[in-house]
This record gives sequence, C-alpha cells and structure tokens, in this order.
Amino acid sequence: MYRQTEIISDYSKVPSTGGDLGEAGDLVINIGPQHPSTHGVLHLVITLSGETIKNVEPHLGYIHRSIEKMCESLSYRQFIYVTSRMDYLSSHINNHGCALCVEKGLQIEIPERAKVIRVLMDELTRLASHQLWWGAMAMDVGALTPFFHAFREREAINDIMEETCGARLTMNYIVPGGVMADLHPDFQKHVKEFITLFKSKIDEYDELVTGNIIFQNRMKNVGYISKNDAISYGCTGPTARGSGVSCDIRKLYPYEVYNQLQFDEIIENSGDCFARYLVRMQEMRQSLSIVEQLIDNIPEGDFVAKTKAVLKLPKGEFYSRVETARGEFGVFIVSEGGTTPYRIKFRSPGFSNLSALNHMARGHKIGDLVAIMGTLDLVVPDIDR
Amino acid sequence: MNNEELKIKLTELIPSATFEEGAEWITFFVDSPNWKTIAQQLFSADGLNFNYLFCLTCIDWKTHFTMLYHLSSTIHRHTIVVKANLDRINPEIETVSDIWRTAEFHEREVYDLFGVIFLQHPDLRRLFMTDEWEGWPLRKDYEDPINMIKL
Repeated sequence: MYRQTEIISDYSKVPSTGGDLGEAGDLVINIGPQHPSTHGVLHLVITLSGETIKNVEPHLGYIHRSIEKMCESLSYRQFIYVTSRMDYLSSHINNHGCALCVEKGLQIEIPERAKVIRVLMDELTRLASHQLWWGAMAMDVGALTPFFHAFREREAINDIMEETCGARLTMNYIVPGGVMADLHPDFQKHVKEFITLFKSKIDEYDELVTGNIIFQNRMKNVGYISKNDAISYGCTGPTARGSGVSCDIRKLYPYEVYNQLQFDEIIENSGDCFARYLVRMQEMRQSLSIVEQLIDNIPEGDFVAKTKAVLKLPKGEFYSRVETARGEFGVFIVSEGGTTPYRIKFRSPGFSNLSALNHMARGHKIGDLVAIMGTLDLVVPDIDR
Repeated sequence: MNNEELKIKLTELIPSATFEEGAEWITFFVDSPNWKTIAQQLFSADGLNFNYLFCLTCIDWKTHFTMLYHLSSTIHRHTIVVKANLDRINPEIETVSDIWRTAEFHEREVYDLFGVIFLQHPDLRRLFMTDEWEGWPLRKDYEDPINMIKL
C-alpha cells in the first residue's frame, strides 16, 4: 500500500502505477498522507527526474467515510447534516445544494426571507473559505505572516456564524424549506462592522502578497492548464475560471436571489497559478459587494416554509447544483418514493479539480507542486467523501 | 438549443435511443455496446458539442446496473443525461476517459464502489478502498459487519 521512498535501479521490479515511470534513475517519493502542504490526508506519489516532476499520482481514501452509502439510510431531513462534513469550509453551501435538491423534489417554494438569508450565509462562507485559502496559500509558498492576517478576519465571520447558527464550522443551518432559526438580532450590526473592517483589510492583502515580486515569480507561468483541458478535466470554480472558462453556477443557472444581484463573474485567461490566485482575490470583493447589497434588504416574514414532519420525495431523479468556494457542487438524488433516498451522489468540485493535478504539475519543479496544489484549494474530505 | 430541437437532433443522430419522459433534462437510454461510438458523436457533432461531463455515476437496481452520464456543452449550454443498462453479474462498458478526461477518475470511483469494469480504461484500480478490499461497497447487497455503514 504505502510505497517507500526508493531510488529505482531495476525498472522491472517497480510496481505498475499506470502512468509512465520513466527511466532508471528516476526517483519516486511520497508526499503525504501527513504533510503540511496537502491540507489534509492526501497522499501523492511523485516520480521525479532530478527535480523535475514526471508524474503525480494521487492516492485517495484516507478519509473516505462512504457518505453516499450512509445517506441511503438517512431521511431527507437527516442526510443534510452529513454533508457539512464534506467540504467543511463551504458547509453552508453544501447544505444549500442538498436543501435545493429536496425542495425541487417536493416542489415547495421557500419564503423570500429564507432565500436572502441563505445567499448572505453562502457569501460569508465563500469569504471565510477564500480567506483561509489565501492565508494557507501564502504559507505554502513560504510567507507565514498572511496566515495570521487571514485568520484574524476569518475569526470575525466565524463569530457572526456562531451567533446565528451556533456552530463555527459544521453549520447545519440551511434545511429543506428555509433555514433552521431566525437571524440573531445583532446579525446586521456585526456584518456591517465586518464589511467596514474587511474593506480596508483586503487592500492590505493585495499590498502584502499580490504585488510581491517573489510571490509572483512563484506563481506566474506555473501550473498552466488550457481552456479546453480545464473543461475536459471537469474543472470548475476559480480553477476553471482562471483558464477562461465561464462556469459560475450563480450566473449560468441562478438560484435563490442571485439573478437580482449585481455582481461579476471573474474570469482570467492566462490559466496559470497567478490567474487562479487573482480570480479568488477578486471573488472576495464580489462576495463582499453581494453581502453589502443584501444586508439592508432582508425582507420580513417567515424564515422557513411549512413542511410535513416526514418528507417523502416522489419517485424520480433530481439534480441540483450550487457554486461552492471550490466550484460546482452537484447533488443527485434517486428516489423510489420513500422517506430515504434510494441512491445519492455528490458531485464534488475538489474531486474533478484534483484529477487535473498531474496534467498541471508535469514538467515543473517539485517546489512548484506545492504552489499548484495551493491554487487548486483542495479540501480532502470533499474529495474522498 | 431548446429541448425540443435537441430531441429532434438526437433522434436523427442516434435512432436506437429510447427517451425517458418527465425529467428536467432530456434523458435517453443507449445500448451499452454502442456507447463509445455514441459518446464520440455527442462530443464532436456540430450543434451538440457535449464537451463537459459533469457527473458520472451508477445506480444499483438489484436486478441490473444503470450507468448515468450527465453531459453539458459549454458552447451551447444545453444538458442531457445518457443512461446505459448493464448486466449485474458481468457489468462491462467501454471507457470514455479518452473523450472526457475527467471520466478517468470518475470511472475508477465507480469501479471501486460498484465493481463495473470499464474496458480499455488506462488505469483501472481501486481509488478509495485499499487494493486488497473485498466487495463493492455501494452495491445494495453489500454488508460489512466490521466497518458499519448503515446507520
């Protein structure tokens, strides 16, 4: 299972990996499963020629919990809580995707207030996720300070979440029919304070890292993926938008109130690590603007629609998708008319994005691999499920 | 292209397809031995250009398997679902990983969890489970008393 680091002298003894292992003298090394730059238990087997990467092979499953199988024995109200444990940095958005799919099956309309609350929470989550990514990304390429800056601002969002949802990471706040509880009375006040704070901080982020010449040298012309390849590998989210693919679900297939909001889909065309970095940085500003547009316009009314205690989806197949911080998250439910799904499939963005890693990293130096992984923004529980 | 036009075009291209009514997207069944040829047509035919495979999965119906391919076009923005029924005892279908490269990982996942063999797949191995794992976890008859999955 775990292949030891070795210098290959006899090519015939090397176990087949499927990829090309190259010639004798190539070095096979393991990165992970416990490695700071993989941000989770991801195991990469890398074939090197000198310092140049010849092949990267991800070995998955260290945190595979078979969530899809688990959901088959959970009711339509229960299974949503498990999905917070997939992409834990976008837990609101995961819950949102599942709630949308159940609502599609039940054909229920949710109150306007719930829609706006959901979008607000989604965008705050996206901000928090991108902040963590920005800090961790800079740390991966050797700048430790941004990590502390990012966590300072992320803390403010976590406090806002904690007030309303009672949790800081696995929110379980969005439920079929609306949201679980009404907003905390101080929600608007604290979000406005956060907006004022973060507006100055995001410029600081740019000054600190974006313009840094050392950082740019690590990022530019590294990990290039063309537009067609990004589509073929099923890349979505900032990873694909950095290559010029228009794939923002919020724009293409708007859900909730996204079609009434003013925001741009950020697209960069250079396809390298720096493009993906710029996409996420600008997305933070867009999310901030969405939060700003909505915070004073939360309609009054119910926060949850009246639904039956036991939900039963009609026989059929339902698919819904949302835009998480990492890309397109799809929920596919096959119902036989019972109280539990017959089969459920989560199309996770990280899984498809990871499949492009080998393509992006081949030919680069081993130090660049960390930068490439950083801009893919991998969350391993999302990949393994 | 709207759904009606798309359906006419697809009927012309694939006369053997049987359409399923009532779904959100156009859904049709193909015979599994023909799938590879049809996939190539869907990918390259003018006006269709299904270049983006966004979901690939399998359902165990206890009597047979159904493979599902959710295809979309980034040029024309239309979506279809292609299904193929497989024999449960000997599930085999040709790989499409050379057409949509994302299929390589997704097919490995389906192989790992359902035991579907993808012919001509470049690297068909377990993905999440360990190499020596026995059984196919997402099949409906799979029971594992040690690693409890059912709640």
